[in-house]
Amino acid sequence: MHQATSATVSEKPLLSLRNINMTFGGVKALKNVSFEVSPGEVHCLAGENGCGKSTLIKVITGVYRPADGAVIEYDGETYSHMSPVTAQDRGIQVIWQDLALFPEMSVAENIAFSEIVGRRPRLVDYGRMRRIAIEALARLGITLDVDLPLKEYAIAQRQIVAIARALIGEAKIVFMDEPTASLTQSETDHLLDIVRNLSASGVAVVFVSHRLAEVLEISSRITVLRDGALVGVYPAAGMTQSRITELMTGKTFDQHVRARPNDDQPVVLEVRGLTRPGQFEDISLTVRRGETIGITGLLGAGRTELALALFGMLRPASGRISIEGKEVRFTSNRDAIKAGVAYLSEDRLSLGLVQPQSIADNLVIASLRKILSGGLLSDDRKRGLVSRWIADLGVRIGRQADAISTLSGGNQQRVAIAKWLATDPKILILDCPTVGVDVGARAGIFDIVAKLAETGLAIILISDEVPEVYFNADRVLHMAQGRIVGSYDPRQTRLEDVEAAVYA
Amino acid sequence: MRSLIRTHATEFSLLAVIVVISTVLSFATANFFSLGNAFDLLNISAVNIIFAVGLLVVLIAGGIDISFAVAASVVQYCTAIVLGWIGGGGWVSGLLIAGALGVLLGCLNAFLIHRFRIISIVATISTFNIYFGLLMFFTRGVSIYDLPDWLTDRVILFEHEMPDGTWIEITLPVLVMIICVVATWTLITRTTVGRQLYAFGDNPEGARRFGINIGAMQFIAFGWLGLMAGIGGLIQAHYAQEVVPNALYGRELDVLAAVVLGGARLGGGKGSVLGCVLGVLLISITQNGLNLMGVSPFAFKMIVGAIILLAITLSNTRVERLLSFVGQKGAGR
Repeated sequence: MHQATSATVSEKPLLSLRNINMTFGGVKALKNVSFEVSPGEVHCLAGENGCGKSTLIKVITGVYRPADGAVIEYDGETYSHMSPVTAQDRGIQVIWQDLALFPEMSVAENIAFSEIVGRRPRLVDYGRMRRIAIEALARLGITLDVDLPLKEYAIAQRQIVAIARALIGEAKIVFMDEPTASLTQSETDHLLDIVRNLSASGVAVVFVSHRLAEVLEISSRITVLRDGALVGVYPAAGMTQSRITELMTGKTFDQHVRARPNDDQPVVLEVRGLTRPGQFEDISLTVRRGETIGITGLLGAGRTELALALFGMLRPASGRISIEGKEVRFTSNRDAIKAGVAYLSEDRLSLGLVQPQSIADNLVIASLRKILSGGLLSDDRKRGLVSRWIADLGVRIGRQADAISTLSGGNQQRVAIAKWLATDPKILILDCPTVGVDVGARAGIFDIVAKLAETGLAIILISDEVPEVYFNADRVLHMAQGRIVGSYDPRQTRLEDVEAAVYA
Repeated sequence: MRSLIRTHATEFSLLAVIVVISTVLSFATANFFSLGNAFDLLNISAVNIIFAVGLLVVLIAGGIDISFAVAASVVQYCTAIVLGWIGGGGWVSGLLIAGALGVLLGCLNAFLIHRFRIISIVATISTFNIYFGLLMFFTRGVSIYDLPDWLTDRVILFEHEMPDGTWIEITLPVLVMIICVVATWTLITRTTVGRQLYAFGDNPEGARRFGINIGAMQFIAFGWLGLMAGIGGLIQAHYAQEVVPNALYGRELDVLAAVVLGGARLGGGKGSVLGCVLGVLLISITQNGLNLMGVSPFAFKMIVGAIILLAITLSNTRVERLLSFVGQKGAGR
């Protein structure tokens, strides 16, 4: 298992790590890991959350010091550990997932930030900073107004600023941690082009991403980690997404189309001609009892806006929404909840769950009325309700009183779903339910979705990953520029055809 | 020019509000529109502007300080006592002593915030109470009128009688204020330390990853405000010609309002010296105008509160939207 399938390496590696061990409070985060990157190579580091990817990057950049016996060979020199200063000076750069940018400061200052830090206090040379910034952007083939504050630019441009910053100085290797997580497809394509150019100019890029499709597209080799140990190094050529998933999780997943016929079931939700100019236009759809409708499309296609309108948080300009045959008009999401609509938000971390609060408190927040006893909240009823849902959805928790932030992404998502199920909804809208959830835990979420559909719940499943809706919905709707432009039956259409239509 | 307007929207809108209010006041009162009155305004505002640029630095670094005004009172008292010990002193020794004491009190705040991870508003509310309690306890609320002559004598650096009979005067407080303003502007816009303060206030975690010394940032920001509070305290004693223990009590909120009005953000990373000065001036102009119009002083607070609300609403929404419209027109050219 631990034997690496070594890909052909023509040159001497730029970076080579051996015997890397790292322990945090008795937990082994890295077990005897080795890792190698050739000059100018695009190398992918793959693994589930908590597999040790970030720890490894932090060892390489000198943030963490590995246990004795570690060997780090970089650009002709050997180290037992790195320091952040050495790493930066020798051309090792990291673009962190949260970018570590300064939105109020100018683009120039963000790119030439190293001019501000380090060394002794002195006067700022704005002219020099501007020149450095313009030059770095030019290298990427981008023009931005370097004098504007960064906050004036969207996330895709900020990503470019972060890359430009990594390139000033003589970067030889750049680590990119989930660089495409918040980019649209065309922005991602542009970013991948930039990565290719970097690679062609001799800069090695280590790419960390959850999106396996782009990993396969961009990288030449893939190093897979699991539970802090090296699984192996594989050439990207001939690799498939499902094979990487297997290697990352150690489990095999057989994905099959779950779609079932529901035509005999009564209609729960009917939408006719729903329009909100600039966001979605003329949307018509029906969802029957026990049916799962998948909505896919690129970011910005109006999916979330449509969901928010069905949940009473955006008011449509025209069109009708009927629930079980009765037309409804929501003035707020309280009306929608009362009418039996539940909406699992896209951004679980900041909108869906109250992170510092307990698991129990998070679970009951939308159904407080049910645990009243004599007008006051009853702890007994709360415990009862929470125990029931925890058991039903198979959430693995320590105690009910533990903070929600102590749970893994997959278990947090189950609590978020339970929170809405506790309101006894008729319609459940799931907006990107697997964002930030490990590949292994995703299957568990979809098992729950399938079980809920069997109990008669009408489900709308939104995702920008076509396979997710293809395998888990009874019907797939494709949204683009605010309109439904395609409807597919997974039993009669190939996945490739749907993907081709959506990503075209 | 377009990007200048976009990046300095707050300053431009404040300036516009000041122009409008000044125009109205010039018509409403006989004496408002004169150079003499303008210089009066500067003299009156000097101490608040000194405090304000100090507080600005703390706000930019992502903190807040409630204690600086009573700290300035403590400095006034202690400086008066120390000057007594050394037998009078002069402006140089006075400013040095007041500045040093101010830095010390500011650094105490930074120490509490950095060492014990107390959030700045809690730490400085505590020191606010401690400083004020100690001051009132030891002085029993008694004022000092027996100050050295050099401190109480008015220092007029430049005076000139205008044809309309009013006097232009530049006094020492104005000079000190100008020095403090230029020094703060240099610190936060021209030095690497200043830019690190912005970065730290904007994104503390990002700043940490770049190896910016977080502790140093807190000490520099609160130390600078301490320095300004010390200097401002001494100047206030000079201006009032007495040291009254509770004279500055409550000044912290007036200054805070003016600084936030000037575009500084509670939460850090944003704010400019120009905006800060305009914020203080706007409030002074309003008070001065109301005074000249014979409005009851009891109505001042109410009207000033309303103006702050109005100006902040304007600079937050309307003007930015208006400017983005201007921006589009500019782009089409």
